[in-house]
Amino acid sequence: MSDHHHKETFVTKYIFSQDHKMISKQFLVTGMFMGIIGVFMSMLFRMQIAWPEQSFSLFEAFLGSHQTDGVMDPDMYLALVTIHGTIMVFFVLTAGLSGTFSNLLIPLQIGARDMASGFLNMVSYWLFFLSSVVMVISLFVEAGPASAGWTIYPPLSALPQAIPGSGAGMTLWLVSMAIFIASSLIGSLNYIVTIFNLRTKGMKMTRLPLTMWAFFITAIIGVVSFPVLLSAALLLIFDRSFGTSFFLSDIFISGEVLHYQGGSPVLFEHLFWFLGHPEVYIVLLPALGITSEIISTHSRKPIFGYRAMIGSIMAIAFLSTIVWGHHMFISGMNPFLGSVFTFTTVLIAIPSAVKAFNYITTLWKGNLQLNPAMLFSIGLVSTFVTGGLTGLVLGDSALDINIHDTYFVVAHFHLVMGVSAIFGMYAGIYHWFPKMYGRLMNKAMGYWHFWITIICAYGVFFPMHFIGLAGLPRRYYSNTAFPMFDDVSDTNVVITYFALIGGIGQIIFLANFFISIYRGEKSSQNPWNSNTLEWTTPVEHIHGNWPGKIPEVHRWAYDYSKKVDPEDDNSDYLHGKDWVSQTVPLLPGEEPS
Amino acid sequence: MLALFYIFIGVAIGVSFWQITRVLNLREVIATDKDNSNQGKYAIFFMVFFYAMMIYCLIFMNVLMLPESASFEGEHDDNLFDISFWLIGIVQFIMQFLIFYFTFKYRGSKDKKAKYFADSHFLELIWTITPALVLVVLISYGLWQWNNIMDLSDEKDAVVIEVYSQQFRWDARYAGEDNTLGLGNVNYIKGINTMGVDMTDKNSLDDKQVTELYLPKGKKIHFKFRSQDVLHSAYMPHFRAQMNCVPGMVTEFGFTPKYTTEEMRLKEEVIEKTNGINKIRRAKGEEEMYEFNYLLLCNKICGASHYNMQMKITVVEQDEYDRWIAKQPTLASVIK
Repeated sequence: MSDHHHKETFVTKYIFSQDHKMISKQFLVTGMFMGIIGVFMSMLFRMQIAWPEQSFSLFEAFLGSHQTDGVMDPDMYLALVTIHGTIMVFFVLTAGLSGTFSNLLIPLQIGARDMASGFLNMVSYWLFFLSSVVMVISLFVEAGPASAGWTIYPPLSALPQAIPGSGAGMTLWLVSMAIFIASSLIGSLNYIVTIFNLRTKGMKMTRLPLTMWAFFITAIIGVVSFPVLLSAALLLIFDRSFGTSFFLSDIFISGEVLHYQGGSPVLFEHLFWFLGHPEVYIVLLPALGITSEIISTHSRKPIFGYRAMIGSIMAIAFLSTIVWGHHMFISGMNPFLGSVFTFTTVLIAIPSAVKAFNYITTLWKGNLQLNPAMLFSIGLVSTFVTGGLTGLVLGDSALDINIHDTYFVVAHFHLVMGVSAIFGMYAGIYHWFPKMYGRLMNKAMGYWHFWITIICAYGVFFPMHFIGLAGLPRRYYSNTAFPMFDDVSDTNVVITYFALIGGIGQIIFLANFFISIYRGEKSSQNPWNSNTLEWTTPVEHIHGNWPGKIPEVHRWAYDYSKKVDPEDDNSDYLHGKDWVSQTVPLLPGEEPS
Repeated sequence: MLALFYIFIGVAIGVSFWQITRVLNLREVIATDKDNSNQGKYAIFFMVFFYAMMIYCLIFMNVLMLPESASFEGEHDDNLFDISFWLIGIVQFIMQFLIFYFTFKYRGSKDKKAKYFADSHFLELIWTITPALVLVVLISYGLWQWNNIMDLSDEKDAVVIEVYSQQFRWDARYAGEDNTLGLGNVNYIKGINTMGVDMTDKNSLDDKQVTELYLPKGKKIHFKFRSQDVLHSAYMPHFRAQMNCVPGMVTEFGFTPKYTTEEMRLKEEVIEKTNGINKIRRAKGEEEMYEFNYLLLCNKICGASHYNMQMKITVVEQDEYDRWIAKQPTLASVIK
């Protein structure tokens, strides 16, 4: 490919680029733009929760006709939580995280000139862009954007009589998601094919960095589960527009009986969560893969239990496709199914525990280089543990009955998949920024960003568990109708302060990011002394990644601090330094790991 | 217009910031030994903050939590919850300590060498088997309890009540003398027959429609849920009970009330919680003081007034219940 030198114009280089490195930057910037919208929305509805029905000129400014004298309308509150969820889960943490780093790293870390299909890769980005545009447009329709919750359960999402957001707003939501799924599928297929076929000489599957394993398995579960969401969306479109009754039956609303007969909303819940639960891992696994790589590199230690890590990724991925029913314990499905799903759900704790312990063991007796990327990775392990543990409570069907859909759930999944995945994404950005832009990000701002973010993340989501245990349901516009919840109002105010500070604190990151693109310190070829292949490419991006031949791989990616005498921790480094690139052949008599 | 103003301010701040960066030194990019040492210390400070917050929440937010289960079935839920919470609490405290302590202890420096330690099947076996064994206990207890709650087959003399949801209100129907609910469907909704009861079904005649639930203490209540428009969820947190109401199907749940409303009001934790709430209400200048009541609330997003969809539940002794139910008119007498 590299000997094909076609002339690059501005359009082919920056807009309709087929180069994976440019596409990854496009994914990142689009994802960040959507992220700003999503986080801003959460700040708005947190203000409503803390100071219910108070007037804010901020609302007046941004909510248009969906506020009265600066007081947010209840429909708008529901729209904000719906779009916040949709944007964060799909647009930021699926496309923004997986799209960015799969695109950037897969060819670079396996030693390929580009993705298997550069054209499809470009199509994948532009479909994602299109779906983002449609989603943003949906915010401006007159009756308001989709507001049935990000899970869009019918009949609420199917009937505009039930909630105004289920009119044009919902239609655009569904169209946007259908395009998004197409984008995601094309991307995932490309990742799988590339990893299978384009590995360089010597890059056996068992020598792939854990990032590659994570992206690979993520792509597989994406391909398995996203089409099911597409089918659910299509059937819902049929029900809404063509009068079918897949999900609707026996409905009396606005004084009339509707014609729908024989459908079931529970069917929709099954279809939705068949994607919805694997989606959690589509979001989380790339973050865990990035963390594995970063913790190992910055600890100057091999990742502990490489094979166990791969095994647990596979186990998590497999189990994730058979646990969707734990979102539906009280949906009215057969209680026997509840037992089965409890069993499979709680099993996930085992591979998750293995991963957490392996990370901690990797830190143990390391030589930790506490760069911002490393701190975010450590933060990820912390939030992953905190959020994961409460999964044991929620996964138990008997306990789920009473905390289902309360703030306990909100706290749990934000910590375990939201904050953890965002931390993984930040870690990845700080670590691979030099690979993207040839410069490094400022560390002082990075440290401020990290400490503000982790303090605020815990400040928001830790006390939230207890509000849930008080029995407060989520998605309540205000709890003033229930004096029994009056005593959580102070806590809600504190949480909102943390949320506002945390949200505004992200400006530090944005500033650091954009300033560093232009003014950051120029990067050397391998600033973190890392073993993986991407750091053997030149700093300046070239089409085809390596000038000349693609390097050959001779070892795994984690030979950090390998010693002459394996028993003696203080003996000299076997290769004279504490890292050995994957391209370095084994010395005579050296044990491969 | 106001939005434009805000955006303008944002842009202005951004531009001035950009100008400031001209003079800033952005060369500091890779952690030095001094950074490692500082950040390692901050990790310990953060750990202290985090532990303080966890302990504060565990102790002082305890009063916010729901009082003990008001149903017999919920007792095991509370037990299981306590066991699980202690367990994850202990694991949480240990794991977080390890994470942040290691970050501090093994902070890097030029003259340190990391240990080359890539694998240990023994260690991995330990942290596979230990969680597995613990989970066996949790799963067994959990599944036993789940079957316990969900099994509604053996109660012959349960009180059968239909809970009926619509945007945005709850209604209820008692099964009457025959303890059998008449059939219902949205097609029968007409005028005063708001729950769509089939009045040609003879089981319907003695049914009683009410807007507030009265439950006899110590008797199994067998709930049947219906919805006429969108999904709702009947959430009765004090009884550890919840079930979705699904249009087009009937869902079920059951429990046995353990304390009457009066008894519950006298419980120490309820008094403490009530006093706390009333202190807040007085400070806010609310006229009406809070008094403990059982509630049924909607817990599935259902539209604009989702946040205000509730029904009062009163648990009373059997004889009081009998007097109350006798006073309620039958459907046959209301719907002609």
